[in-house]
Amino acid sequence: MRILVAMSGGVDSSVVAALLKRQGHEVIGATLQLYDHSGPAKPGACCAGRDIMDARMVAERIGFPHYVIDAESRFRESVIESFADSYARGETPVPCVACNQGVKFTDLLNMARDLGCEAMATGHYVRRLEGPEGVEMHRPVDRDRDQSWFLFATTREQLEFLRFPLGEMPDKAHVRALAEELGLDVATKRDSQDICFVTNGSYAGLVEKMRPEIEGPGDIVAEDGTVLGRHEGIARYTVGQSRRLGDIHTGTGERQMVTAIDVPSRRIIVGPRRKVTSDEGRRTVRLRDMNWLIDAPAEGVRCGVQLRAREGLRQALVRPLEGNRAEVQLDEPALPAPGQACVMYEGDRVLGGGFILA
Amino acid sequence: MVQDTAVQQGPVYLDANATEPLRPAARAVMLAGLEQTGNPSSVHAAGRRARIMLEEARQTMASAFGREADCCVFTSGGTEADTLALHGFGRAEGRAILIGTTEHDAIRKAAPEASLIPVDGQGVIDCMALEEMLAAHTPGTGDRPGPLVCIMAANNETGVYAPLRDVASLCRQHGAFLHVDAVQAAGRMQERDEFSLALKDGSLAGASLALSAHKMGGPKGAGALLLPEDRPLAPLLPGGGQERGRRGGTPALASHMGMAAALEESRKQDWTLLEALRDELEGVMVQAGALIMGHGVARLSNTISAVLPGVAAQMQLMALDIEGYCVSAGSACSSGKVARSHVLEAMGQGEAAGQAIRVSLPWNAEAGAVRAFGQVYALMAQRFAGRGLLKRSSLQGGGRAT
Repeated sequence: MRILVAMSGGVDSSVVAALLKRQGHEVIGATLQLYDHSGPAKPGACCAGRDIMDARMVAERIGFPHYVIDAESRFRESVIESFADSYARGETPVPCVACNQGVKFTDLLNMARDLGCEAMATGHYVRRLEGPEGVEMHRPVDRDRDQSWFLFATTREQLEFLRFPLGEMPDKAHVRALAEELGLDVATKRDSQDICFVTNGSYAGLVEKMRPEIEGPGDIVAEDGTVLGRHEGIARYTVGQSRRLGDIHTGTGERQMVTAIDVPSRRIIVGPRRKVTSDEGRRTVRLRDMNWLIDAPAEGVRCGVQLRAREGLRQALVRPLEGNRAEVQLDEPALPAPGQACVMYEGDRVLGGGFILA
Repeated sequence: MVQDTAVQQGPVYLDANATEPLRPAARAVMLAGLEQTGNPSSVHAAGRRARIMLEEARQTMASAFGREADCCVFTSGGTEADTLALHGFGRAEGRAILIGTTEHDAIRKAAPEASLIPVDGQGVIDCMALEEMLAAHTPGTGDRPGPLVCIMAANNETGVYAPLRDVASLCRQHGAFLHVDAVQAAGRMQERDEFSLALKDGSLAGASLALSAHKMGGPKGAGALLLPEDRPLAPLLPGGGQERGRRGGTPALASHMGMAAALEESRKQDWTLLEALRDELEGVMVQAGALIMGHGVARLSNTISAVLPGVAAQMQLMALDIEGYCVSAGSACSSGKVARSHVLEAMGQGEAAGQAIRVSLPWNAEAGAVRAFGQVYALMAQRFAGRGLLKRSSLQGGGRAT
């Protein structure tokens, strides 16, 4: 079939393209240009200028057409600007989710349909399985590379059209070996990891440049308002973190963690970690912009939820609410960060998820 | 030339304004040129032999435009020729610079400080506006010479000819120096096109001309700046004083020979056959829903700039490439990303500036392949319409009347 492969120029998506071509499909490669590369390139993150050329070379060598899609303005609005807005509200956003949801699985996917493709494949590590009631999303075979948390916002309609061949790969070494076997000279490239558009310095520096109103130091205070110390800018903090709090724990005699970020007063509010993590009042989490990958049961669903990218599951009951929201009742208290994703799992299967509200 | 053989191997090439296929005559003389060991600047026998061949090419280039051989300065291409004109006649002589809004980046990027001469909705230079601009610059105060006016003979995207005779006359009246970017027009001359007429009646006798080999069916990487007379010019590359001190560096002998041969061969071509094929294709594309840019005015015989309302140029390019047809959009950067057309923007086409493709028939276009392209284009338009992409447009620009 005719299939569009979203290529970053990295090993993973190159292997996907080569594999599909070898299987006899009519492959069309596409690389999104997401931002201006005139600054210093960052080779470890995806989509630097060099990577576009790498993707083109792979396509030319293997023998399928490749196109560069200008998604700069759309990426700026839908990902970078909302990333900055989110921090300016005192949240901790997940830009990769926004990018997958918008630029990749809406814009590029529509383009694939317009080109008469029957499917679109990416190099993501997640499995798409045909279940009795339609397509399902599952964690990949290689747990170390699991990207399902970042893909929870994929709709069922999008999932229907998507293919993730790497979800079946046993491990990274296997993919690299396959790359070598397929003659891809990207086989020894580094993996992409960080936020791709932060090409220079820290994400906080970028946010402060884009939203100067939140730049600058402020107080770190206890929940009763007592000033405990100073911080260098609210964009550097996330609810639930214990680092970057200076010597406050020695002053207060116990380990502290961020419980809230107050934007107008530019205050970071902290509480004793021991007390916060056992606070029975912190068992309810509300979610917005829910994406259900099952038919949402009115009475709710018991499942495991993952509140951060790298974290274990917590048991909970998730109930749908009006306005595409949901309420999560955690079995144990937790302190999730507003703006992050709460993704629901049953075994390996992704049931859906939403964004955490303050 | 225009043949009616339907089957062709590999992709069908319809992007001549990006680069023309190599003409057989050019290829033949280039092979001979590559065999020459001598440097045209050397005094020994091998050098003298290379020098003769280079000077023959220079003679051919210059006389084709009615000039003395020493008016021809060989360059690495059209971009260098344009940049050399801007540098030598513009900045080095202290002239103000006026350029057309739809000029190629070779001019636009080399003269960011230039004042822009507007075009109308068809892409034709607005002579009234030019006259006002020239009047404001007329010398008389101080020693500053008149301005440098840069106008392209035919636009690379739309093929629209500039009213060169009127422009030249205005420049003469106001003491301005005229530089003509003839890159697209020079290798596609017909008796009655505006560039040919302006050359014939002497309008361009005082103008410099930028030429590019590969737009005439010669090799990439060669070009020339034709000066109005043999005169000194401040070089961009002083180097060893080659080209009478106007362009340093050893000339690319074989490439310049190829350029001269391509130009000569292009003059023998009957372009009316290609034009008829172009018109036929244009009719098919209009039937399929396309709007033709510059439809109402004189254009290059091989060029179609077609807007498919509501469908991004990038999408059209991809769809056609997948079917095996090479066409292009306004401009592509080195990464291959398709940008909006500044030419159509300058023509006031708004949204359409991102929805136009350029089909430019090469000198050796085959009728069967061109007709097959028309069918594929129509099918593509139909499919996009089926997906709800196609918009009924209120654009001007025309085409539905055909």
